[in-house]
Amino acid sequence: MNTLQVEGVGLMAPGLAGWPNGRAVLAGERPYAAEPMPAASAALLPANERRRTTATVKLALHVTQEAALQADIDPGILPTVLASSGGDSEVVDRICAALTLPERPVSPTHFHHSVHNTPAGYWSIATRCTAASLSLSAYDDSFAAGLMEAAALAWTDRTRVLLVAYDLPPPFPLSERRVIVAPFAVALVLNPAPTERRLATLRLARRADRPASRLDDPQLETLRLGNPAARSLPLLRAIARSTASRVTVSTGASGWLELEIEP
Amino acid sequence: MKPLAIAAYTVTNALGRGVAAALTALRRGESGLRPCDFEDAALSTWIGRVAGLEEAPLAGEFAPFDCRNNRLARLGLEQDRFGAAVRAARERHGADRIGVFIGTSTSGIGATEHAYRQRDPATGRLPDHFDYQHTHNLFSAADFTRRWLALSGVALAVSTACSSSAKAFASAYRHLRAGFCDAAVVGGVDSLCLTTLYGFNALELASSQRCRPWDADRDGLNLGEAAGFALLEWAEPDDARPLLLGYGESSDAHHMSAAHPEGAGAALAMQQALARAELRPEQVDYINLHGTATPSNDAAEDRAVLRIFGPDTPCSSTKGWTGHTLGAAGITEAVFVWLCLEHGLIPGTLNTRRIDPNLGAGVVLDNREQPLRVALSNSFGFGGTNCSLLFGRRVA
Repeated sequence: MNTLQVEGVGLMAPGLAGWPNGRAVLAGERPYAAEPMPAASAALLPANERRRTTATVKLALHVTQEAALQADIDPGILPTVLASSGGDSEVVDRICAALTLPERPVSPTHFHHSVHNTPAGYWSIATRCTAASLSLSAYDDSFAAGLMEAAALAWTDRTRVLLVAYDLPPPFPLSERRVIVAPFAVALVLNPAPTERRLATLRLARRADRPASRLDDPQLETLRLGNPAARSLPLLRAIARSTASRVTVSTGASGWLELEIEP
Repeated sequence: MKPLAIAAYTVTNALGRGVAAALTALRRGESGLRPCDFEDAALSTWIGRVAGLEEAPLAGEFAPFDCRNNRLARLGLEQDRFGAAVRAARERHGADRIGVFIGTSTSGIGATEHAYRQRDPATGRLPDHFDYQHTHNLFSAADFTRRWLALSGVALAVSTACSSSAKAFASAYRHLRAGFCDAAVVGGVDSLCLTTLYGFNALELASSQRCRPWDADRDGLNLGEAAGFALLEWAEPDDARPLLLGYGESSDAHHMSAAHPEGAGAALAMQQALARAELRPEQVDYINLHGTATPSNDAAEDRAVLRIFGPDTPCSSTKGWTGHTLGAAGITEAVFVWLCLEHGLIPGTLNTRRIDPNLGAGVVLDNREQPLRVALSNSFGFGGTNCSLLFGRRVA
């Protein structure tokens, strides 16, 4: 039961806007250029919610929607796992700044957007999805933690799962204490059962001691190390290249997650 | 589902340190709530503050983790011989086979609040001593717990607002099922901070009185802080320990800060917990409600409970003892439920005197002594994230 089929991918980062574009770069068909990202559309959100919400929510929902569309599934039935190191630091900055002012005028909207599961809440509202959703953090190892949670959920409940990982650079002054070099968000539709739609099959195993997989392009490697969600890049490259390969992702003190990828 | 046994557990909150303090206060009906005296917060509300955290900094190798939240985690981990139980489990399973699953909503955000007040007036920079990774970041609570207990297995922080440490149980169960670990430390740590005090105040959800769940005159919640931990292992066939029998999780798909008015998501979580445990509603002897005492949340939960259990299942909210401990509410109330299962107690609903005539669930006002076999604990959060846990004991 230790395999997962990848049925859809969503991707958004500088120079990797959307999976078709990102796939071509990661497959080596085009060189990587860190072009500015287009605005995240998060088109599923009702207009009034979209207006009020933050860049973090829009980015997380944008890739989630792309992955669901690509897998051609109704997103309203899938459980979700959202992995983010620091969540919405823009909201944190605004609240902490308000708390330095007389009367401490914390905005009620900022406050209810401060919970780590805000993107999950908006996703559920937008898709009318009542399935379970888990939002987690494991600092720099949040992607591996999210992938393990998604795998465990898929196997336990024998269900497809939507995994989303995202982090954005924090605003100043938090940016000096938490360096995230660029925004990055990735979403994967994972199916524990065999499927004709699969882009790749993943086999997961925890290992005690393996070096984390790196990327040969120095700019992509900087991105991988500079955003916890971008730790997914070696896996995405393996999917893009459609060749059997092995990828290792750090899970922190607990060792490494080894992924065998078959096209 | 295959049950998990609660091999060890502990809780620390406004009632005191460790389970004995909690049980004594529950039995005597002694609340831990007091008028807000947190830092320099000028708010007319009541809080459940843990005494002594201000004078207990983390030192030595744990100094980088020093913040109110990790001080509270440390204080919690030191009670009820919890560390000794984990050490014994480490011998049995190995340090890398015990996972750590900690729920928190705000982790050590208080450290960032303080740092912002100390910004350099000219440059706006934060003070040099501020350590974001080890204090504010959500994972800090899980990382601290893992290091304090000398564990090296999978570790993650669950942060789904007020259902966080209830959902930590579900995550732990799945990781055990997947074979990613053989035992799990689950828990929750959430400490008082200005973000939540002023945030709930801005939402007009904080009461200026002691909170009164289900009362006709209820007008909001009181915030509290807590740390709670449990060690989970697969149950033996005739296990006498408290058991996790089922869990249910759902999303409301309704609103970011308001529960579905009919409690649809809450009902779904309770139904799934029953289905996983293969139990019928009438087999549940007690429900520990989420019961925050805000008018709309109590009404939504009441409808959900009525729909599934009808008006006769005894239920109560223990928020009048501890306040709402947010991300630590799930573990706090799970520990209360295990104490109730062990000691045959149904706690009343402290501070509540006149039940809202519009609500119909079987809310108990005064403590009852009676044997219990199966109890449900509800935790619901912002963003419409719901979790229900079913616990039980095999009675010979």
